[in-house]
Amino acid sequence: MSDALTVVVLVLVAAAATAAVAQRDPARQALVLSFLGVLLAALFTVLQAPDVGLSQLAVGSALTPLLIMLSVRKVRRRGRSKEGPE
Amino acid sequence: MNRLRLVLLTVGGAGLAALLVAACLRLPDFGGRRHPYGDRAVHASLSRHTANTIASVNFDQRAYDTLGEMSILFAAVLGCVVLLRQAGDERRARPEPAEVARPVRRYALLVLPVALLTGLYVIAHGQLSPGGGFQGGVVAATALHLLYLGADYRALERVRPLGVYETTDSLAVAAYLVLGTAGVLAGTAFLANTLLPYGTFNTLSSGGTVPLLNAAIGMEVASAAVVLLAHFLDQAVEIEETTGERTEGAHER
Repeated sequence: MSDALTVVVLVLVAAAATAAVAQRDPARQALVLSFLGVLLAALFTVLQAPDVGLSQLAVGSALTPLLIMLSVRKVRRRGRSKEGPE
Repeated sequence: MNRLRLVLLTVGGAGLAALLVAACLRLPDFGGRRHPYGDRAVHASLSRHTANTIASVNFDQRAYDTLGEMSILFAAVLGCVVLLRQAGDERRARPEPAEVARPVRRYALLVLPVALLTGLYVIAHGQLSPGGGFQGGVVAATALHLLYLGADYRALERVRPLGVYETTDSLAVAAYLVLGTAGVLAGTAFLANTLLPYGTFNTLSSGGTVPLLNAAIGMEVASAAVVLLAHFLDQAVEIEETTGERTEGAHER
């Protein structure tokens, strides 16, 4: 039973990770990454490592995507303000 | 030159692959019943009345490693603060108060206290249940930023005096070091968990210095994440470059 669960979560993690790599737009990539973070947290919990799962949930699915989104926003704004005055 | 690089990469990669395969062949089976290290860690953790063995490993048996991890985070955040500071050719533009969709506002303001409390709970119960200073610190710090979603950036800035968080970050690092040094002064070793009584098993004050070190890490991580996000947010929302905008320079101040 628990083995089947492990396999299912592993497959889901592999699918989400592939989707994150295949996605070219960084803003969408951050969303996929956040989803991947949740799946990885589930995987760690299934493998009886809830401490690591919690770290993964907090960092991988909240903090990292947020930092990526903020960087994307900064880069886009910079592009716009450079085009603007000229 | 390029060929040399390729040869170097091939040799290095082949060596790494050979070592990894050799190591994997001697790994114990997946999900086996024999865990020599785990058994010893659990025994040591129980003998010091720490219910969560992971916390015992992090803050007692391997407290020195945690000191290293904490220093890495501290140095990384310090580097980001220096890199993302407001440079000479940049200016701050006050962000306009933004319209927030009502469901988003309601959800964010409803979840914020719950998430913040969860973060603090996870920090406080680090030595008893899964979690601890690191996990809870990140949760508490990100919870605060729901205010940016639910209201706007100026509201977030009002509840987040950055200087206080920067000071707390450094104070927490210092607290960890002082707790470690206290062990030396008491005649044992740096970060040795022999200073305080171990207390009653499975209560908040059990585990000797574990809860204190855990709290120091919680403070450090929470304020480090707030400071890090604050500088990213400043760059994304407030700070603008002024080069090439000479026409706007007149009404800059």
